[in-house]
Amino acid sequence: MTEEGGHGNARASRMGMWLFLFTEMLLFGGLFLVYAVYRRGHPEAFHAASGELSLAFGAGNTILLLTSSLSMALAVAAFERGLISRALALIGGTIGMGLLFLVNKGLEWSVKFGHGLYPGAAVLEARDPGERLFFSLYFAMTGLHGLHVLVGAGVLGAVVVLVRRSGATAERHGPLVENAGLYWHLVDIVWIFLFPLFYLIT
Amino acid sequence: MADAVVTPAAPWRGYLDAPDGRRGIRSWIFSTDHKRIGVLYLWSVLAFFAVGVALGLLMRLESIAPGPTIMSARAYNAFFTLHGVIMIFLFIIPAVPASMGNFFLPLQIGARDVAFPRLNLLSWWVYVTGAVLALLAMFAGGHPPDTGWTFYVPYSVRTDTNVSLAVLAAFVLGFSSILTGLNFITTVHTMRMKGMGWFRIPLFTWGIYATAWVQVLATPIIAVTLLLVVLERVAHLGLFDPVRGGDPLLFQHLFWIYSHPAVYIMIIPAMGIISEVIPAFSGKRIYGYRAIVYSSLGIAFAGYLVWGHHMFTSGMSDTARWIFSFLTFIVAVPSGVKVFNWVATLYKGSIDLSASLLYALSFIFLFSIGGLTGLVNGALAVNVHVHDTYWVVAHFHYVMFGGTGFAVFAGLLYWFPKMTGRMVPKAPAIVAWFLMFAGFNILYLPMFVLGWMGMPRRYYDYLPELQPLHVMATVGSWILAAGLVVLAATLLRALRHGDPAPANPWGARGLEWQTPSPPPTENFEIEPVLGDERP
Repeated sequence: MTEEGGHGNARASRMGMWLFLFTEMLLFGGLFLVYAVYRRGHPEAFHAASGELSLAFGAGNTILLLTSSLSMALAVAAFERGLISRALALIGGTIGMGLLFLVNKGLEWSVKFGHGLYPGAAVLEARDPGERLFFSLYFAMTGLHGLHVLVGAGVLGAVVVLVRRSGATAERHGPLVENAGLYWHLVDIVWIFLFPLFYLIT
Repeated sequence: MADAVVTPAAPWRGYLDAPDGRRGIRSWIFSTDHKRIGVLYLWSVLAFFAVGVALGLLMRLESIAPGPTIMSARAYNAFFTLHGVIMIFLFIIPAVPASMGNFFLPLQIGARDVAFPRLNLLSWWVYVTGAVLALLAMFAGGHPPDTGWTFYVPYSVRTDTNVSLAVLAAFVLGFSSILTGLNFITTVHTMRMKGMGWFRIPLFTWGIYATAWVQVLATPIIAVTLLLVVLERVAHLGLFDPVRGGDPLLFQHLFWIYSHPAVYIMIIPAMGIISEVIPAFSGKRIYGYRAIVYSSLGIAFAGYLVWGHHMFTSGMSDTARWIFSFLTFIVAVPSGVKVFNWVATLYKGSIDLSASLLYALSFIFLFSIGGLTGLVNGALAVNVHVHDTYWVVAHFHYVMFGGTGFAVFAGLLYWFPKMTGRMVPKAPAIVAWFLMFAGFNILYLPMFVLGWMGMPRRYYDYLPELQPLHVMATVGSWILAAGLVVLAATLLRALRHGDPAPANPWGARGLEWQTPSPPPTENFEIEPVLGDERP
């Protein structure tokens, strides 16, 4: 049960992570494709439905995620220089901002639910098909993204625990921290596309 | 090549003895040794193959006469769905890469293991989880899914059967496939032995490598599509429901964007096996090594661009249809290159007609029939006539079973001595081959005719004048099954009582033959030697 394989091999683990990120992009790519098809079919309805989303929530969340990515990047840089406790604090900040993002998202969703703007609700069913598709996509895509934020926060939490428990060194845990950071940036990048596509097309 | 290896006095068991002396099931299901994981996968996929075969046999029995014979129409729908789901997601996709690929890819590149051994074990556990979900969809109350393995909307959203569970199972299995692919790509890039440049990689490993890219780049699309089907059923998104503004055709596009490349996940590794077996038993080097490498990559690439040929009758613009048709013809070219190279390798070779080679030769024959009838399907006008008929059923069974299935058996017989340290007796294996080859053709050849006469696929009932051919196919299924039983019995007996295998019983090239049979846990006791010549 030795682990002579890639776990000690930074090049392999980095490559494995990038391949995994490819698959994540393609996963969201399928949804972006569906979005593109329906937006082309219902431009006016998408335009109208987008106006019902709260720009303040969306923009606030964008700022949160971008800042969290910054703190993650700083954490990776600090870790490489051996500033372990600073790195862990920065990762903690990243997790915190990620969770705040989810709280915001939850509030935003619950407002939409309160207005009956969810798939299957009578209010939405009475609307134009394009608006229904818009909200279905909105919930599917931001939902899947939110799940990724949650998983990302969990991964970062696990990294913190691992590093604290095993007396980390920059060499041994560098690739791990870097990979966790890459995953977090992916979560951020997906949101960078989701935000304009849903909030800024009015 | 391997005369440095001396058979020790005590029976040598190599990796079959766990290094820490542990025995029993735990030393297997928690092992991170790629060889043990490969064997785990092999047992798993073969077990599900047996279940799929049993379902297929019962379907054939049902079709021996028009009208109800042994089951209800609803049961028949469940049977063809489960047969498809099991054979596609649980057998044929992992059959070669995850089992034989796992075992032999690191050996062939002179590595100690794959790049991520723990991830490798996780892949198997994820596979088992998916398999359990699939079994739950079958047996956990309610009705088993009846949509066909393609899960086409809108029916898959409306039916009251366990579609959500089956779809979830396919999603989980896809995840396992992605992890395996990712692991193999990284392994080939970072763990090749010193001196092994890209064009010295054995062809089987090349096949697994090309496949791994398809696994990584295509599977996420079906993952998200299946997720949407579940959401349609649970949260009523309406994205594929025409009543609510959605477009069911979009589902078909998304489905086939994955599922057509998936066909190449099933066939490219099989071609890799054939590219190992044919030179080994011809006593020659492979003819046109580079051409075979490029054709594997070519198939993997072009395979992405032809998904529309599953949808010629679904509704697409004429431009889209002829482009997809044209690309479909293009994708046949690299396959033709390979067939040419295999035959050229046999030419003037010193041929040892082993059971493994017989399966490989059958592969060439059956795959060629499957491939050429594929071109018939790809022609726009004819496609309208044969779409969704037994013709298509015959076509893909010739490619998938006659092709990949026979390649799996060729590879199993070729590598059995290496994996188990035992030789397989030749005579019974050849009897099994004969029964399977004969039974296969008696089973599937009539289906081409049936389809041409208008027998639709997935139909429970048919017109009485079609019965003779249906009877012939059913009889063929029995002969084929008899062959499978003989082969299974032969292999299981050889597992215990076969003669001890030398390191290189076939005089084959490839680094896996430079280590004892079975290989030690660390794969090589002495550094393998990379010969001057190409594989």
